[in-house]
Amino acid sequence: MTVTGEFPTAQSALPAAARRRRLLDQDWQKLVRAGAILAFGQVFIALSGMPVTFDRRLLIDPILSLGYLSLLWLPLVVGYWVGREQVLEGMTAYARGGRDAMAGAVAGLLGNAGLTLLVVGITHFDIRDPLVNWSPQLLEILEFGESVWLGALIWPVIGAGTGALGGGMHWASSRISRTTVIVLLSVFGTAVLESVITDLTQGFHIEAVSDWLYGPKRGLTYPAAIVVAVAAAGVMTGLAAFRDSSARAAEAARGERATTVGGSGATRPRWRRIPTRRLVNLVLAVAAIVVLPLFLGRLTNELLANVGLFILLALGLNIIVGLAGILDLGYVAFFAVGGYSVAVLTSPGSPRFDAEIPWFGALFVAMLLAGLAGLFIGAPVIRMRGDYLAIVTLGFGEIIRVLLLSDWLSGTFNGAQGITNIPGVEVFGLATVRGFEPRSVLYLVLVFCAIAVYVSWRLENSRIGRAWMAIREDESVAEAMGVDTVSAKLMAFVTGAVLGSFSGAILSAKVGSIFPHSFAIIVSIVILVVVIFGGMGNIAGVIAGAVVLIGVLGGPNQPGLLQEFAEYKILIYGALLVWMMLQRSEGLIPSARRARELHVDEMNQDAWLRAQVVADDVANEGGNREKGRP
Amino acid sequence: MQLTTKQRTRVDWFLTFLRVVALALIGAGLLAFIAQAINSENPFAQWANPDAISLTGKQFRDLVIAGLAQGAMYGLIALGYSMVYGVLGFINFAHGEVFMIGAVTGAITSSKLAEAGHWESNFVLCLLLVVILSMAVCTITAVIMERVAYRPLRGKPRLIPLITSIGVSFFLQNFILVLLGPGTKSYPKMPDWLTEKRTFLEIQGTRMLVLVVAAMAMAGLWYLVERTKTGKAMRAVAEDAEIASLMGIDVNRIIVKTFAVGGAMAGVAGILWGLLFNSVLHTAGFLPGIKAFSAAVVGGIGNLGGSMAGGLTIGVAESLGPLMILEPLGVSGPSQLRDAVAFAVLIIVLLVRPSGIFGERLPSEERT
Repeated sequence: MTVTGEFPTAQSALPAAARRRRLLDQDWQKLVRAGAILAFGQVFIALSGMPVTFDRRLLIDPILSLGYLSLLWLPLVVGYWVGREQVLEGMTAYARGGRDAMAGAVAGLLGNAGLTLLVVGITHFDIRDPLVNWSPQLLEILEFGESVWLGALIWPVIGAGTGALGGGMHWASSRISRTTVIVLLSVFGTAVLESVITDLTQGFHIEAVSDWLYGPKRGLTYPAAIVVAVAAAGVMTGLAAFRDSSARAAEAARGERATTVGGSGATRPRWRRIPTRRLVNLVLAVAAIVVLPLFLGRLTNELLANVGLFILLALGLNIIVGLAGILDLGYVAFFAVGGYSVAVLTSPGSPRFDAEIPWFGALFVAMLLAGLAGLFIGAPVIRMRGDYLAIVTLGFGEIIRVLLLSDWLSGTFNGAQGITNIPGVEVFGLATVRGFEPRSVLYLVLVFCAIAVYVSWRLENSRIGRAWMAIREDESVAEAMGVDTVSAKLMAFVTGAVLGSFSGAILSAKVGSIFPHSFAIIVSIVILVVVIFGGMGNIAGVIAGAVVLIGVLGGPNQPGLLQEFAEYKILIYGALLVWMMLQRSEGLIPSARRARELHVDEMNQDAWLRAQVVADDVANEGGNREKGRP
Repeated sequence: MQLTTKQRTRVDWFLTFLRVVALALIGAGLLAFIAQAINSENPFAQWANPDAISLTGKQFRDLVIAGLAQGAMYGLIALGYSMVYGVLGFINFAHGEVFMIGAVTGAITSSKLAEAGHWESNFVLCLLLVVILSMAVCTITAVIMERVAYRPLRGKPRLIPLITSIGVSFFLQNFILVLLGPGTKSYPKMPDWLTEKRTFLEIQGTRMLVLVVAAMAMAGLWYLVERTKTGKAMRAVAEDAEIASLMGIDVNRIIVKTFAVGGAMAGVAGILWGLLFNSVLHTAGFLPGIKAFSAAVVGGIGNLGGSMAGGLTIGVAESLGPLMILEPLGVSGPSQLRDAVAFAVLIIVLLVRPSGIFGERLPSEERT
């Protein structure tokens, strides 16, 4: 084996016959710790009131409600976690087997014993004074409406079962476990998307489908759940087979193409460089997005419009945080500038300006003002250290809210009463966009999203975009390479600010009124979570993040699909932010470059390990050769 | 030959302009205020705001005392920011929530004690118990936070733990919200002998108590950091973690202890909040947390004495600033702008003197 050859990966380094571990050959300390963590988590979820609040929302008609699901998912995850074993390069790994499922079962059993304690505790003590959810309703759910004994005994059993399932995922081949996950997710997804699907079927006049899918009390019906699961499994298997064959074909094609095509791609115009298949997909997706709203009802259009607003905001913040690497925690300021300038200029009810300027004129002013605000906020902070910058921008965001709320400026912004009576948007006499017609709002939002996507895409591949990325990676090096860091960073602030002001301008026309409390700090944080969850610096990632988070959980003031989550939204966003940072700081759909920056150390370490393995191999081979010599 | 030529760009001119404007506004406001204090008919006093009325000596003193009491609380919280920044070099944004948890713990325990009837009869003992409990809860919270959220991220780019701490902050806030409900948690009524104004300065007893408790906590911390072996180790780790570990100091342990001590201080501050305002909400930690961070920066982050001084500065600036600077400049309803004033102090300090008034002490990698 030569040094330049294919390096052995963790998989191929596995010895052919890995030893199977016995069932009781466990790391007991780890299991007890996992059990304790699980117990804490389960008791917290129970006491947070999620089971009680979510119990109304049925997922699968008679058997599973969102309330019970909130208690079932954690053992599954913890079971998966304890069943996992880190396989280090060059070390002997064990064959996966029943032992993993056993580990999951033990952890789940120990963990759900916490719920048993809770059941016993609620029946004997009353500490409802500080803990508001220490209630009979919770007890009733925990004991399945039966007796205390059933509740106390069944939870550990359930925990052991789900934990074993989680741990057993390692046992199954990766294809089976992936299919299982997809099947579970698609059943869950169909249940969650109930209102959207019902809406769609009404739009296409095929209500029969949704009537069959969903029971009268919301939630999938029994047979429908099974059909969805089977369909998902079928699609997964089909896809896998298709991918296998196309991968083989591509492998064969690659050898030929490498010799013929060469570097001719560079001379073609920019849009031609996109592969045809992606172009076709793109056109289809755009067509679907343009046509679909016509078939959707009010609720779904409203939801999508909210998602679109956050896509706009997230794309703007993505330029500041994702591309230029400046952590701006006061992004809501630009949202507020856009919203309030449009409100003040267009509304007849605004205290200072009686003149009613058409929306597009006001938008122009809003963009100018937001750009100025970007300069004004950006300039003082641009030289600060990254973390100071974060807090100072947070301060600016809060100052703007306090000023909007104050008596001092109430002559212009009307203080806490806000500005009402904001008219809709007249699109050059062609159409009118009004808040009570969500479809028109959605189209307006889509137009601006398209602009924002195009701007972000072009900026990313432009001179200034490369300057931003250079600054993000290493500011001093970028400066040494001749990048004017100060003006590039200011440019990022201004661009982000203008994109954010679009969203504010649409919001004020959509809602028809505007209040200072819509611009609290939490809005900045939610946008940041969207950007980070989706993948900093990646347009597709940011859009996906906004669709998933804002669509399902909802924005700070906007409901999502799971309206029951209203009071738990911020809790989940907070936990999600921590989890993302710990596990996957590059986001759901990472930008390749960003991921490399974040994992420099690990990659260096991997390279080092590989080099070690190779060196060992070379040494062994040499040794063998010597030994083999007569 | 000059190796580094620092060119003044347009941004620098703009920054200088901002600095001058900020200082000029403060100066003008203060001058107008002083002119009013000398003679309210003075034309300069009425230059911007003809209706402005100056403060009487008594009002002025009360405002200063109120500002000092709040400032002492901010200072105690700021110690936590400052210590963690000194040792790890990142801003623990969630520290304000630790403080809030302390205040909530205090509210629950003290109202339970009041239900049992001990609060009135044995106030000092109860207060001591409440303070100790709150310190314990906050210490545990801070240590768990370090273990779960920050330790795995050590050595990552500095913005990553900062973003994590924002997540932790909102998680903790809502953790309390969903567990304890959205209502305000109130402290029981303070005994009469405490709330009435007394002594030669006629300071309200609670504010006096707050100042005394803060001073005691500060003294204890000073002793810990400057006179004990743990403190020496903390200072060593803050100076250079790598070298400290070579000298046989268990860096992980010291970091945990730093979080623990910072948490304990936040616990004390939480009780002080309870004494000052008598009720607490799950959102109570956010603004004081940011103001305390400002205090740490104003005093020079990493510098413990500076943090306390910075806290007092922010507290006094927040209580006097609106009436002494904004009102003479013709701003109506200036007291609504308290929070804006606190942030403005942070921004102005960072613009004019980024290393804080008393100079910062940073971990080694910062200095290079």
